Amino acid sequence: MALKGTIEVNHKYCKGCSLCVEACPQNVIALDMEHLTPKGYHPAMLIDEGCTGCAICAVVCPDAAITVYRESRKKKTK
Amino acid sequence: MIEMEVVYSRPESFTPTTTHYCPGCTHGTAHRLVAEVLDEMGIREKAIGVAPVGCSVFAYDYFNHDFVEAAHGRAPAMATGIKRVRPNNTVYTYQGDGDLASIGMAEIVHAAIRGENITVIFINNAIYGMTGGQMAPTTLPGMRTTSSPGGRDVETMGYPVRMSEMLSTIDGTSYAVRRSLHNPANVRKSKKAIRRAFEVQERGMGFAMVELLSSCPTNLKFTPQQALDFVGDQMVSYYPLGDYKVAPEVKALKV
Ligand SMILES: Cc1ncc(C[n+]2csc(CCOP(=O)(O)OP(=O)(O)O)c2C)c(N)n1
Ligand code: SF4
Ligand code: SF4
Ligand code: SF4
Repeated sequence: MALKGTIEVNHKYCKGCSLCVEACPQNVIALDMEHLTPKGYHPAMLIDEGCTGCAICAVVCPDAAITVYRESRKKKTK
Repeated sequence: MIEMEVVYSRPESFTPTTTHYCPGCTHGTAHRLVAEVLDEMGIREKAIGVAPVGCSVFAYDYFNHDFVEAAHGRAPAMATGIKRVRPNNTVYTYQGDGDLASIGMAEIVHAAIRGENITVIFINNAIYGMTGGQMAPTTLPGMRTTSSPGGRDVETMGYPVRMSEMLSTIDGTSYAVRRSLHNPANVRKSKKAIRRAFEVQERGMGFAMVELLSSCPTNLKFTPQQALDFVGDQMVSYYPLGDYKVAPEVKALKV
């Protein structure tokens, strides 16, 4: 089974520029038109399953607004 | 057992401050790459940045390390003084193309001629961003700006300057390369070059510059993505990406 990922967008930093939306190879990011950030932008959000945690969104984000998580299979060391 | 691990988070070399950059401006991306490299090399606490005049004039607020502000174009001169007095610190300039290639042309060229052991991050966005989109020395032929409304006419306004190529002809230059920030693959390559440029300084190998093709969506009147496409489609053909000078000892560096 492919490992899954997820992202967290920090609304303090996100400026709704959409570069992550355009870059995500899984097409699972969109701007959240229901909310505004403190600066008044529509923030990016995950809209679907299928995030692989590839971090490409974070690579293009000019505002370092994205934290990326990915599942990892860890062997128990005990 | 499956656990969630963090694969990317905001660099520690940043302060918890929002930037004043326009949405989608790749000044932010370039800042982020510098911050990531400082984190990875563990040199944040001894880094001293020199900010330019231009849109990145407030860079000192965004990095969580010492920073000074230079007069327009004079960052390489200021960095020279700081590095000579404090050789154990990591000193870098961050400069736009108006700052570095116009008013500051003499300072950058002579810093290279002297082979100063500093790192230069050069943002080429083909325009004066801060002051309202006037023509820069790097503006492309035919490109419309507020001071070349009919498009840059090279007969009367001269030709764009290719800084990496020019500095590569100087013996004091150890590393001069051009990268671009227009897509994820090129952002990754840019980061590798920034890493190398800082490693050059850490080993006392002399003058290193990374030129980054960058976007100014606001003054080009493009969306952020269109501005990146302009960089990838138009700027890269006039400013070919590549390694213009890599001194043998720099080539031998394992980074
Ligand atoms: C001595 C002096 N001359 C002119 C200016 C006006 N000025 C401010 S920023 C700038 C150019 C900025 O362009 P660039 O270096 O390309 O940076 P960008 O804003 O595009 O990032 C100029 C000419 C100034 N501040 N000081
Ligand atoms: S980590 Fe990859 S798949 Fe997940 S949202 Fe970001 S770009 Fe898309
Ligand atoms: S790239 Fe960053 S700033 Fe732009 S919309 Fe995505 S999260 Fe927000
Ligand atoms: S004016 Fe251009 S270079 Fe300056 S912050 Fe805005 S987009 Fe970036």
